Amino acid sequence: MTVLDLSAIKLRELNATLQGVEPDSHAAFEVRNPQGGHAIAVGLNAPIDVTINGSTGYYCAGMNQLATVRVTGSAGPGVAQNMMSGKVIVDGDASQYAGATSRGGILVIKGNATSRCAIQIKGGDVVVHGDIGHMSAYMAQSGSLVVLGDAGADLGDSIYESHLFVRGSVKSLGADCVEKEMRPEHVEHLSRLLHEAEADAKPEEFRRYGSARTLYHFEVDNAGPY
Amino acid sequence: MCGVVGLFLKDKALEPQLGALLTDMLVTMTGRGPDSAGIAVYRGADDGQVKLTVQSANPDVDFAGLADTLGASVTRCDTHAIISCAAEEADAVRTRIAAIPALRLMSTGDAIEIYKEVGLPAKVAERFDIPSLGGTHGIGHTRMATESAVTTLGAHPFSTGPDQCLVHNGALSNHNSLRRDLEDEGVEVMSACDTEAAAAFLTWKMQQGANLGEALEASLDALDGCYTFVVGTKEGFAVLRDPVACKPAVLAETDQYVALGSEFRALANLPGIDDARIWEPEPATVYVWERQA
Repeated sequence: MTVLDLSAIKLRELNATLQGVEPDSHAAFEVRNPQGGHAIAVGLNAPIDVTINGSTGYYCAGMNQLATVRVTGSAGPGVAQNMMSGKVIVDGDASQYAGATSRGGILVIKGNATSRCAIQIKGGDVVVHGDIGHMSAYMAQSGSLVVLGDAGADLGDSIYESHLFVRGSVKSLGADCVEKEMRPEHVEHLSRLLHEAEADAKPEEFRRYGSARTLYHFEVDNAGPY
Repeated sequence: MCGVVGLFLKDKALEPQLGALLTDMLVTMTGRGPDSAGIAVYRGADDGQVKLTVQSANPDVDFAGLADTLGASVTRCDTHAIISCAAEEADAVRTRIAAIPALRLMSTGDAIEIYKEVGLPAKVAERFDIPSLGGTHGIGHTRMATESAVTTLGAHPFSTGPDQCLVHNGALSNHNSLRRDLEDEGVEVMSACDTEAAAAFLTWKMQQGANLGEALEASLDALDGCYTFVVGTKEGFAVLRDPVACKPAVLAETDQYVALGSEFRALANLPGIDDARIWEPEPATVYVWERQA
């Protein structure tokens, strides 16, 4: 385990070290004194293990590929944004747009997430053990959002595709987002995600939401509002 | 961008450190806005004196003999001066200040003092020796100018009523019509800055009898745009985010204090932060803390 202390080295040096490991490396790193700093452990591209001891600021673990990143505190806006693969775990809470635009991999938030969680996800999975804020999964295109707690207003607004599973209440659904049938394949899919996220919940407790697909094409009947 | 911070102390033991803690929080937020910075501190209330903070572009000239001219005590601090007088003389002193065009009145009240200038937070705090100031609560701002010019008058905090002040991260889209409406009501708004119009709206509401929380509730209907507001009054401290919650904010509460920062890192060095309750204020939700009188 290599210790990287942000009170002793600069962010650029930290990220260069993490990005510079051999492609087949399975090295482990511990980052100390993050102090809510921005862009910690971004652009990782090898199957390494990084534990950040403390809370982070904007864009922690952004653009991740292959790496496993754990934040022992809370994460600021845009954690694991545009993740391609790998796993990011936040033990505390996450701020706005957690997991935004992610294309692969899994983001696990053990606490709560605030607004716009999983906005425009394109293939990644986001599992939140607590609650999420308003406008989550806005314009989501693929992948899944799993919420063990409650969802805020306008869940899945203007959603294209992707599976939204919520165990608690949903304050309101956004435009074109509807509740959908939970078929056996969804139970199986959700079961796998819950296991992966170390979540203590049963798939049967969840309801599924997704796109009604009425906004896919322009319809002349809707021209008036424009 | 812009960075906002606030610190409301519950524990008297921390009061001597108010200025130092607030300065550290604000300097950490420098990257969010390098144009100007300001801090309002609340201290020394209920000593029978009213304090008026004034600013001058030529303090050597304008502050010379000012105590005699105003008939009040004058304590100079760089480009600012804190003028103190008995409560019953405050109106007369205020009239005399208004007669001196070179002086800009920043705040009036039993407890509030405002220090703000163009420049980075570290520089502004050093000029006014903010870290040495004790107090009960305070708010700060580092500005990335959007709605009006980079000037001392455009810097935050804005004080539009006795012991009231407001800092703002965001931009209001209806501040011109709001300013016209307020002027029709006889409320003076000095600058073109959107934030001052918001501050004046709260003052007007409170003049009509609303408490701080009610005034902020009313602003949810009256103000259009994005905002994270931090508001100070003589006894109170409040936070409000717009209904879409565009602009970031993190609150922390312990037995010793309530603290707000635009980002968590502003709070990272506060005492006992590891055991604090930390959360993001909900959209369109008014948070108010008030000191027991």
